[in-house]
Amino acid sequence: MATENNYYVPEESRLPVLGALALGLMALGAGLLLNGDGSSILLTGAVLLIAVMYVWFRTVIRENIAGMNSDQLKRSYVWGMSWFIFSEVMFFAVFFGALFYIRTLALPWLGGEGDRSDMIHLVWPEFTAQWPLMETPAQAAGSNEFVGPDANMSFPGWDKLFHWLPLWNTIILLTSSVTCHFAHHAMKHDDRKKFNIWLAVTVLLGIIFLFLQYEEYHEAYVEMGLTLESGIYGSTFFMLTGFHGFHVTMGTFMLLVQLIRSLKGHFSSGDQFGFEASSWYWHFVDVVWAGLFLFVYVLA
Amino acid sequence: MAHGPAKGIGRWLFATNHKDIGTMYLWFSFSMFLLGGAFAMIIRAELFAPGMQLIKPEFFNQMTTMHGLIMVFGAIMPSFVGLANWMIPLQIGAPDMALPRMNNLSFWILPFGFALLASTLFMEGGAPNFGWTFYAPLSTTYAPDTVNFFIFGVHIIGASSIMGSINIIATVLNLRAPGMTMMKLPLFVWTWLITAFLLVAVMPVLAGAVTMMLMDINFGTSFFDAAGGGDPVLFQHIFWFFGHPEVYIIILPAFGVISEIIPTFSRKPLFGYSSMVYATSAIAFLSFIVWAHHMFTTGMPIAGELYFMYATMLIAVPTGVKVFNWITTMFKGSLTFETPMLFAIAVVILFTFGGFTGLMLAVAPADIQYHDSYFVVGHFHYVMVAGAVFSMSGAIYYWLPKWSGKMYDETMGKVQFWVAFVGFNIAFIPQHFLGLAGMPRRYADYALQFSDWNMVSSIGAFMYGAAQLMFLYNVVRTIVAGKPTSEEKTWEGAQGLEWTLPTPAPFHTFSTPPEVK
Repeated sequence: MATENNYYVPEESRLPVLGALALGLMALGAGLLLNGDGSSILLTGAVLLIAVMYVWFRTVIRENIAGMNSDQLKRSYVWGMSWFIFSEVMFFAVFFGALFYIRTLALPWLGGEGDRSDMIHLVWPEFTAQWPLMETPAQAAGSNEFVGPDANMSFPGWDKLFHWLPLWNTIILLTSSVTCHFAHHAMKHDDRKKFNIWLAVTVLLGIIFLFLQYEEYHEAYVEMGLTLESGIYGSTFFMLTGFHGFHVTMGTFMLLVQLIRSLKGHFSSGDQFGFEASSWYWHFVDVVWAGLFLFVYVLA
Repeated sequence: MAHGPAKGIGRWLFATNHKDIGTMYLWFSFSMFLLGGAFAMIIRAELFAPGMQLIKPEFFNQMTTMHGLIMVFGAIMPSFVGLANWMIPLQIGAPDMALPRMNNLSFWILPFGFALLASTLFMEGGAPNFGWTFYAPLSTTYAPDTVNFFIFGVHIIGASSIMGSINIIATVLNLRAPGMTMMKLPLFVWTWLITAFLLVAVMPVLAGAVTMMLMDINFGTSFFDAAGGGDPVLFQHIFWFFGHPEVYIIILPAFGVISEIIPTFSRKPLFGYSSMVYATSAIAFLSFIVWAHHMFTTGMPIAGELYFMYATMLIAVPTGVKVFNWITTMFKGSLTFETPMLFAIAVVILFTFGGFTGLMLAVAPADIQYHDSYFVVGHFHYVMVAGAVFSMSGAIYYWLPKWSGKMYDETMGKVQFWVAFVGFNIAFIPQHFLGLAGMPRRYADYALQFSDWNMVSSIGAFMYGAAQLMFLYNVVRTIVAGKPTSEEKTWEGAQGLEWTLPTPAPFHTFSTPPEVK
């Protein structure tokens, strides 16, 4: 059995090379799709990837149940998940960095601030910098290449506070982090019933968040004229909130899987890494939202 | 754990063994090195004489782009990952890498990613032609249609790098043998730990950059388009925030290799071990705060130019610590000059030269003269080739006997070294002169006054190319018909756990961790 002196090294596995094939097919298919048609290749790759991930996680879970994972091996998984989350932090950092650069440097320069104002005025004479950017430089120059939005997502004023979706989304997501923590606490005391309830509440809150996010996007596209194409405000808004929404989807799904596992009798106070890893991810997604709420919605 | 390798192709396809995966990384990266090298030969053949002789300018642009991309992402980076796979478990007394299946996934992504990238050469519109730095708007508004394949290729190659790095970090932090404290780690392991951290930190940044490109090209966003309120300079900031740590990702493992080889052939412990560790960490930290020195001519407030100039010069301090430590290790040592040592000494000399030209480039007002000239091309080839590739060659000669149980031919090794060394310098010293005289980089043709040095440079490049074929011959001949050796310590002065193992290293090693005193 597993001890500190017996680190489990699997003999061989078909999963990795199939996973690589799946990613290769997806990259090829996505490229073909954008240049014409590759949807069937993209779909094949995606289905294969899902199948590989399903079997892979099932294998790892079975190994754990079979007692093949030593404490040392478990620490490898802890390091793996931690550094994966760090890489995700850096991914969001790029888009936040782009937002800060645009807001504090690029737009004011386009509007005529800085050493090169004489030159900028020759290129974009009519443009005034503002945030959220409602009139793009192209628009100011009389072109309709990028048309700014009719309305933006910023704080609408105290009287409309409770009609402001981002506030509700913030409350929901922050609450879900707390309920997730309650679930963790319950499992630490081997209280499976409480664990299931709190985790189910967390998943539900995640789904409600995603629904509200969908509502917000719908409103943006249909009523506010705010799209990916409406200049840099739309670009940064949708890329930041979109990637965040994608991560919430992933996180919700991960927590849902943990709920199903708990219903099947997995996890105990000393063995619940699958849940803990998902909960770290969930808290991380929550922190990103706090940043989004502050820099995309409030300070705008 | 007692089992040997599986039979047939399954051994490689389904591998979980760190040595097999390391071997695949090394052969894959060498094949990419030959492909990228072939592109370089095409470039140098075209530049042998002024006027357009062999290829069209459009194809020349594709060659410079693909040469850079394949050498950086396909040859140098995976080669050091291969070395890490082979050596880190052996050097820290671990049974394997921490996450063996993910290890195989990170390898097998690479052939798919690079097949996708290389296939663009045969597609309508041709391969990427915007330079390996793919600046917007060249890579967005004016890019060939194949750019989408490039973007998705970079995505999956980046995923491979991140997984490989997470694996290395987990291995070093979690799988050290009892008694192998952090400050006893061989320097190659230390440099890789820090490199892996850099990779996890900046590969997502690269993914973000290509994602923004993807959105600008296909979905109407305006990250890099001033008409929508974006800024093409933003691309350069993001790219170089990835790109500057990237150059240390390439060179730090090379420093690690040199720090293994020099003590062995000086028969002395490494001078200033702890200062080496701190210097490596300092270089890694500084790499995050100097990126805009690549952008002195792009347009930046004067305060920015000054800051990035001085911050960049700071890097010379920890780098100098390393160079002096290597020299001091050799000082009064009992030196012998086997092939790995020749490569290592060449790295110390030539990398230092490349570092000095880097300092020249760091001087913002002077850089305005050198920028985007052949001086820059000469500079970074001294760092990339004479730094990273030379130390990789040295590493192969150094550890090949341990891996294969066969000894390479010392005379052939030395001949190969000297052909590479002379060829390299003939190829790249003249490029500094060309740059200072005003020849811009990435041009398919040039004015007549640049003819002589271009011809010299091309001759040197062909010579260096030939040296790589000799290297391939040496390696294959060693494996197939080399003199068998079963000495545990191939080199008299070698220290470290890998030299306590039988030669050739068995399929599974350190299944029970050794005790480190």
